[in-house]
Amino acid sequence: MTYQGRFRVWRGDDAGGALEDFTVEVNEGEVVLDIIHRLQATQAPDLAVRWNCKAGKCGSCSAEINGRPRLLCMTRMSIFEESETITVTPMRTFPIIRDLVTDVSFNYTKAREVPSFAPPADLAPGEYRMQQVDVERSQEFRKCIECFLCQNTCHVVRDHEENKEAFAGPRFLMRVAELEMHPLDTADRVDQAQDEHGLGYCNITKCCSEVCPEHIHITDNALIPMKERVADRKYDPIVWLGNKLFKRS
Amino acid sequence: MARAEIAARTLRTDRWWLPPLTTFAGLLLISIYAAFRTFQGDYYWVDQYHYLTPMYSPCLTEECVPAASHFGQWFPALPGFLTPPVIIIPFLLGFRITCYYYRKAYYRAAWASPPACAVAEPHNKYTGETRFPLIAQNLHRYFFYAASVLLLINIYDAVLAFGTGLGLGNIILLVNVGLLGAYTLSCHSCRHIAGGRLKHFSKHPVRYWAWTQISKLNNRHMQLAWASLIFVCLTDLYVALVASGTISDLRFID
Repeated sequence: MTYQGRFRVWRGDDAGGALEDFTVEVNEGEVVLDIIHRLQATQAPDLAVRWNCKAGKCGSCSAEINGRPRLLCMTRMSIFEESETITVTPMRTFPIIRDLVTDVSFNYTKAREVPSFAPPADLAPGEYRMQQVDVERSQEFRKCIECFLCQNTCHVVRDHEENKEAFAGPRFLMRVAELEMHPLDTADRVDQAQDEHGLGYCNITKCCSEVCPEHIHITDNALIPMKERVADRKYDPIVWLGNKLFKRS
Repeated sequence: MARAEIAARTLRTDRWWLPPLTTFAGLLLISIYAAFRTFQGDYYWVDQYHYLTPMYSPCLTEECVPAASHFGQWFPALPGFLTPPVIIIPFLLGFRITCYYYRKAYYRAAWASPPACAVAEPHNKYTGETRFPLIAQNLHRYFFYAASVLLLINIYDAVLAFGTGLGLGNIILLVNVGLLGAYTLSCHSCRHIAGGRLKHFSKHPVRYWAWTQISKLNNRHMQLAWASLIFVCLTDLYVALVASGTISDLRFID
């Protein structure tokens, strides 16, 4: 069924901007990205939007729809009432380039700060062997499409720009957890997580898990297990004593 | 470069304020009830059927009814308005306050940090759990150990009550320890201690199995947190009503 939908789309750049009203045709089965494309084709040819796969796998079209961080291509129009005005804005946490496009390079900086996979020195590529049960926790985190919706919604940096330097954000703390839990990784990631990537800033309010389009249990399976490992290392004298007595590393 | 100029605190159009408000109201009501019962200092023991409310177990001070002190009276009578539960409440409260689920609940509901996802928090500064006092949340596992001991005592109390027959109170005490047990076992620290801290599950099949089972419970940690909290209060209320003679216990076998 076709109807004329009401939209408010943020237009502007780093010098300023505002929400602009549009009325656009909506057809059955469409997603918000289809509407944005129709808007470009019919009314606003210079509207900037980043997109690629239209299948929820490239992580390009992250934005905020009615204030909720979502992928434009995975948000069906059928979840809205026909009478509803739908607001589409860029991700708030990152600097704006233009319209719905933000500069997400903060995330690439944070990615580079996580030391890469460190296999045992005596193991050559091609000799890696591991059991499925040992690697499946890390595999959940590999589903990440790097849409950065979790980074965008995390209040630690969303509401406090000044924390960006100290806090890697849920995506990259999850990367640290992925490597820490990897059966062949030899690097010590626990102290790094707390001291260099700001794990202590996370107050586990689970917004990262709520917005993840891949439904990764970021908080329960990555962040809390990392917090527990930090507690083992830094805040548990019984574990410390056990390590000393039994010469465990 | 600057962020997009959007003045509104949030553009969410759903009732995002409802979950934190409900959580706040629920926690407030339960806190008021628990405080009232703690400082009431009475109606915690049904002598006829050996029902002891979990809020007063173990009852360790000299003002306890002797029959209710299953593990002896280790401490002298407490002065002033203090009652026997003040000895155990810090551990039970500590377990709930440092619990990963309750942290989410009260950070959102009571401290608005954040009140809901993508809704700006009202604080100018945020340091999370990096410094005192919130860094003490890392002590959760110690409260887990203490709560586990108290759970075993609650189980002992519930089993002991079967010595007088079978009544509705026995069933309530049993369901209560079942829910408390499920909540305690589903704890994230428990999951970590059981097996989560291992790097190689394949070398520890028993701990891997335990971790797998606890992970299933852990998926329901929020539901178990609320169910066990509410049911503790209902159990206490039932014991209080029977102990005060307001209602009589429904007996099945005497």
